[in-house]
Amino acid sequence: MAIVTPLKTAAEQQLVQQYADSKAALPGGPAVRALREQAFAGFEARGLPHRRLESWRYTDLRALLREARPLAGAGVATAAVEARLAALGLEGLRLVLVDGIFAPDLSSLDAIPEGVSVQSLAEALAAPREGLDRVLSGPSVAADDAGLMLNTALMRDGVFIEIAEGRELAQPIVIVSLASGEEERAVFHRSVVLAAQGSRATIVEVSEAAGAAAQQINAAIVFETGEESEIQHVRIVTRQQAATVEVQSLLATVGAQAKFDSFALVANAGTVRQQHFIRFAGEHSEIGLRGVNLLGGAQHSDVTLVVDHEVPHGTSRELFKTIAGGQSTGVFQGKVIVRPHAQKTDGGMKSNALLLNDGATMYNKPELEIFADDVVCGHGATVAQIDGEQLFYLMARGLPRPQAEALVLQAFAGEAVAFVADENLRDWLMREVEAWLKAREAASEVSTV
Amino acid sequence: MLEIRNLTVKIADEDKQILNGLNLTVNDGEVAAIMGPNGSGKSTLSYVIAGKEDYEVLDGEILLNGENVLEMEADARAAAGIFLAFQYPLEIPGVATMTFLKAAMNAQRKARGEDELLTPDFIKQVNAAADKLGIAKDMLRRPLNVGFSGGEKKRMEILQMALLSPSMCILDETDSGLDIDALRIVAEGVNALRAKNRSFLVITHYQRLLDHIVPDTVHVMSKGRIVKTGGKELALELEKSGYAAYGEAA
Repeated sequence: MAIVTPLKTAAEQQLVQQYADSKAALPGGPAVRALREQAFAGFEARGLPHRRLESWRYTDLRALLREARPLAGAGVATAAVEARLAALGLEGLRLVLVDGIFAPDLSSLDAIPEGVSVQSLAEALAAPREGLDRVLSGPSVAADDAGLMLNTALMRDGVFIEIAEGRELAQPIVIVSLASGEEERAVFHRSVVLAAQGSRATIVEVSEAAGAAAQQINAAIVFETGEESEIQHVRIVTRQQAATVEVQSLLATVGAQAKFDSFALVANAGTVRQQHFIRFAGEHSEIGLRGVNLLGGAQHSDVTLVVDHEVPHGTSRELFKTIAGGQSTGVFQGKVIVRPHAQKTDGGMKSNALLLNDGATMYNKPELEIFADDVVCGHGATVAQIDGEQLFYLMARGLPRPQAEALVLQAFAGEAVAFVADENLRDWLMREVEAWLKAREAASEVSTV
Repeated sequence: MLEIRNLTVKIADEDKQILNGLNLTVNDGEVAAIMGPNGSGKSTLSYVIAGKEDYEVLDGEILLNGENVLEMEADARAAAGIFLAFQYPLEIPGVATMTFLKAAMNAQRKARGEDELLTPDFIKQVNAAADKLGIAKDMLRRPLNVGFSGGEKKRMEILQMALLSPSMCILDETDSGLDIDALRIVAEGVNALRAKNRSFLVITHYQRLLDHIVPDTVHVMSKGRIVKTGGKELALELEKSGYAAYGEAA
């Protein structure tokens, strides 16, 4: 058999150069350096993920990144960044990243509650810590992903949050990640949340662009949650330029008798690939992964998740709702793995999409890999148009078509948002959904299928 | 006043003609019943009046107070005063009943150039109308029609009719799926709305509903046309003789 050495694309060659040029300055002690080296070697061997890889089939990163942009600079708090923060008007603990670099001056560090410690990722990587390798690597099902390898190799900063045993946080911790750039740059950041036994917290991630230029973002967040902990994660990715390309990896290792919920809203965000790698590390835990994708224009949203039931008695639920108009593309790839001894697993996965016109596309690919024999697992995937009967019913009561459609679409998205426990966050998410629908209504867009 | 002249309709995507030159007049304040066997085109007639898109009008016109409504979309017809109480009201998960009611009332007000309702006035109106129809507060808090029984759905239709105050009400098989108690409540709700400036078109298979909502006129429909018109006694006659005399088996 001939050994084929693939030619590197321009972007891949640029990434090799960037890593070589910047690695000495990247934060981390010897163990982290070794991890970066290993990750970059893995990336180099694989190259940028492309459509011939099953897990990246519908989001060809190699084709999307024709050029790798220069690494972003120091992360300057521009007036636009400050304006955006003011508009968000966040109370409580707010941790701000500008171009992936933690900005303590913009963060509300005096709001750090008792029992919570916050460091920049750069600081955390520099300090010796037992098990840091394990934390950074995440679940084994993430090990082969070249997108994540790139993040491991090049991550510059982020926040490192530890929540002490038994702590229950009344307010969410919000991580705001803003791109400041007026020029196209590449941003690599990662945050870590270690939630000790019995802790309860809500972590919100907001990803937006304050500057005018499209960015290449490769971000990751790692959760390790202890026994009997209850962690809710909410992510909002919005207000980004159409040409933005963003890869978001979520790594979660969930302890026994714990609850872990993640919800992600993507709207007006360019091209976004979210990949969730979730592992049940202890029995009797519940995991919920949900989200809403609101797509128009040429936007692209890919949700690819792997849920690894490694132990018995785990419950997992996934529910993703996609509304796709224009020439947009939605992707849902969900894989639930039930290991041979993971008996009594209860899994349910659903992806529902509404296409608003002929130009929009949805790819649904649910997969179950079940090696145990005493489990309940199911999945459902639908692609449909707005129900004409529902629409007629609403119009027959006097609602003009755009308003009737907006009501049906709002309800469709609302079914997933309803799972977010925190009422304020639910309201926030629904405001974003309504704003998206209003913009559509204002443009007098109605569905044409 | 509703005047339908020579209405000829087929299903949009098929060659199947359903209404064949139908003529019908319903005067202000009149309660007209349309009776007819399955497949005679009764539901099609109600959908075409309300503005459903699945049909193609080949000929004829529908005039509401002299204005041809066939050019209007369904929402404009609703604002003009047409209300269809559905045979099978749609379930709309995720849309709260109160949100829907308010949106519908305000959309019609807006179309007529009126101000939006203030929330306290809206709630007052809904509560008063709901009480009359025996609709529990709990039902109003649920998503629209989701998990409602057949009777509850029909009562919700009548509640909407009461709140939207239309001038031309079409009741499509409102008695279907109702037990006798539910039928009585719904009929009382309709009777309470009878008024000089409000007309009703009551579509039904059976005489039973007409015991409770007594019509001024009864029309017999067969093969997409009105084939006989009479007073309320015509309904009793049909109950005895069936539709066979009109060229169709019941």
